[in-house]
Amino acid sequence: MSPLKRIAYFFGLPILLIALWYALSFGSTNFFVPKPIELAQTLWTTWIGERFVDDVLPSLGRLAVGLFFAIGLGIVLGLLIGSTRWLRNLLEPLLEFFRAIPPPVLVPLLMLLIGVNDSMKVAVIISGAIWPVLLNTVEGVRAVDSVLSDSCRSYGIRGFARIRYFVLPAVTPQIMAGVRQSLSIGLILMVISEMFASSSGLGFTIVQFQRNFAIPEMWSGIVVLGLIGLGLAIIFQFVERRVLHWYHGLKEITHDS
Amino acid sequence: MTVSETTMNQPVQPLQPIQAVPMLSVRGLQKIYKVPGGEVEAVRDLTFDLAEGELVCLVGPSGSGKTTLLKCISGLMEQTSGTVELNGSKVTGPPKSMAVVFQEYGRSLFPWMTVRANVELPLKNQKVPKAERAALVDAALKSVGLDHVPKSYPWQLSGGMQQRVAIARAVAYRPQVLLMDEPFAAVDAQTRADLEDLIRTIWKQLGVTILFVTHDIDESVYLGERVIVLSSSPTVVQEDLKIDLPAERDQLNTRALPRFMELRSHVYAEIQRAKLGPVTEQITAQRKASLK
Repeated sequence: MSPLKRIAYFFGLPILLIALWYALSFGSTNFFVPKPIELAQTLWTTWIGERFVDDVLPSLGRLAVGLFFAIGLGIVLGLLIGSTRWLRNLLEPLLEFFRAIPPPVLVPLLMLLIGVNDSMKVAVIISGAIWPVLLNTVEGVRAVDSVLSDSCRSYGIRGFARIRYFVLPAVTPQIMAGVRQSLSIGLILMVISEMFASSSGLGFTIVQFQRNFAIPEMWSGIVVLGLIGLGLAIIFQFVERRVLHWYHGLKEITHDS
Repeated sequence: MTVSETTMNQPVQPLQPIQAVPMLSVRGLQKIYKVPGGEVEAVRDLTFDLAEGELVCLVGPSGSGKTTLLKCISGLMEQTSGTVELNGSKVTGPPKSMAVVFQEYGRSLFPWMTVRANVELPLKNQKVPKAERAALVDAALKSVGLDHVPKSYPWQLSGGMQQRVAIARAVAYRPQVLLMDEPFAAVDAQTRADLEDLIRTIWKQLGVTILFVTHDIDESVYLGERVIVLSSSPTVVQEDLKIDLPAERDQLNTRALPRFMELRSHVYAEIQRAKLGPVTEQITAQRKASLK
């Protein structure tokens, strides 16, 4: 695909939908229905400037820290649990149990345990976003190729070297699939953690707008969330292509033959 | 070396026991798999030796426990009883001075590493200094005719070339014993012929001891200095045969030698006999005995 075509595909549908939205909302007097131009103006005036520094950046910071630890811990614990059979057998039912608990219900509990602060919000993000990475890593380690494993053994590649050169790269496709899910879960939990007993952040601000009937502002906050999600997806794709270029190449060739 | 009339007309002789301390010694090897509802005896009683610098082919009917045997020898699997000794010391885990080339080339190379990185990894793991490592990798890639693709990934290469990478990795590792588990079973006939010659060349260059497992009778006779014929499962050594073909072998002339034909027919007959299995043999023996 040529770059021009790719750009056309990327922006094509959004532009079409905005045009449709513009046409349908034209002349509407409903207070709750936003209009594109109005919303764009609100987006600019509401979020660029002071509020960006006071609310958006702290939210993004907590999201980044939360995701960093969720992914990091998920990979490390996943490698450990996946490569130790007794640990895997011991922990698996427990992990499934914890995974099944919706993380938002942990917010009041974590508030009591940690207090109302940034650590609590980061903990909420970690508690939800860790699972896809952790469980995918465990599953991936369990399914590493037996011939590659034998190759490592026969060349005396053991311990840390085995993890570094064999297990970790072999599991990366599964890890990345987990990370993709973790990113969206992290974003959801970032918002939810700020809706309870908070005084700043994107989630807090959106709820404030809603309670004060600042409807266009509220909508603009939702757009900001959407844009953050989009940004995460773009970063993810960029990293994934780099890390897994061998995997995509391999898949392409096995599909062809 | 030419083949004289006398050697050609010689009957096929079982090999004389080797006098020197063997490089690889397999004694009474037995492997029983525990499966749900019982046990399966894959290998019953295998005893043979490989002298230093020998190239020996193991050939047997499919399902004769060849892979099991190789896994036991390479220390990847524990045998039920019997011993494997490498240069006088017992094998209890994968020994340092042994390399294995597997049949599944597509699954024995790391797809996330370039050809060069694949060959280099075992040396890196052994903390071989960088300059020495580079020289070894270059030489190994050159010896398998792959010095032009070091930056490619294995999956970008054909099957035969991937197996060359696996061979280069083993060569760079400088093992004393090289085990090969049906390495050419999954490549096409022409590539296979090239790879067979490659193995002979490398063997002569390095003086390494090679145990080459195959189910291909022609291949075993063409490659080996000795062919060990295995029975069907539960496996024992059916015959240990010296291959008295000239040291310089080539696909066209060697395979056309009358002696080659004789040897391959002999091995073929042995394999057929092996396929009938020990049970049938016992019955035949009993019948013969009762007729007397």
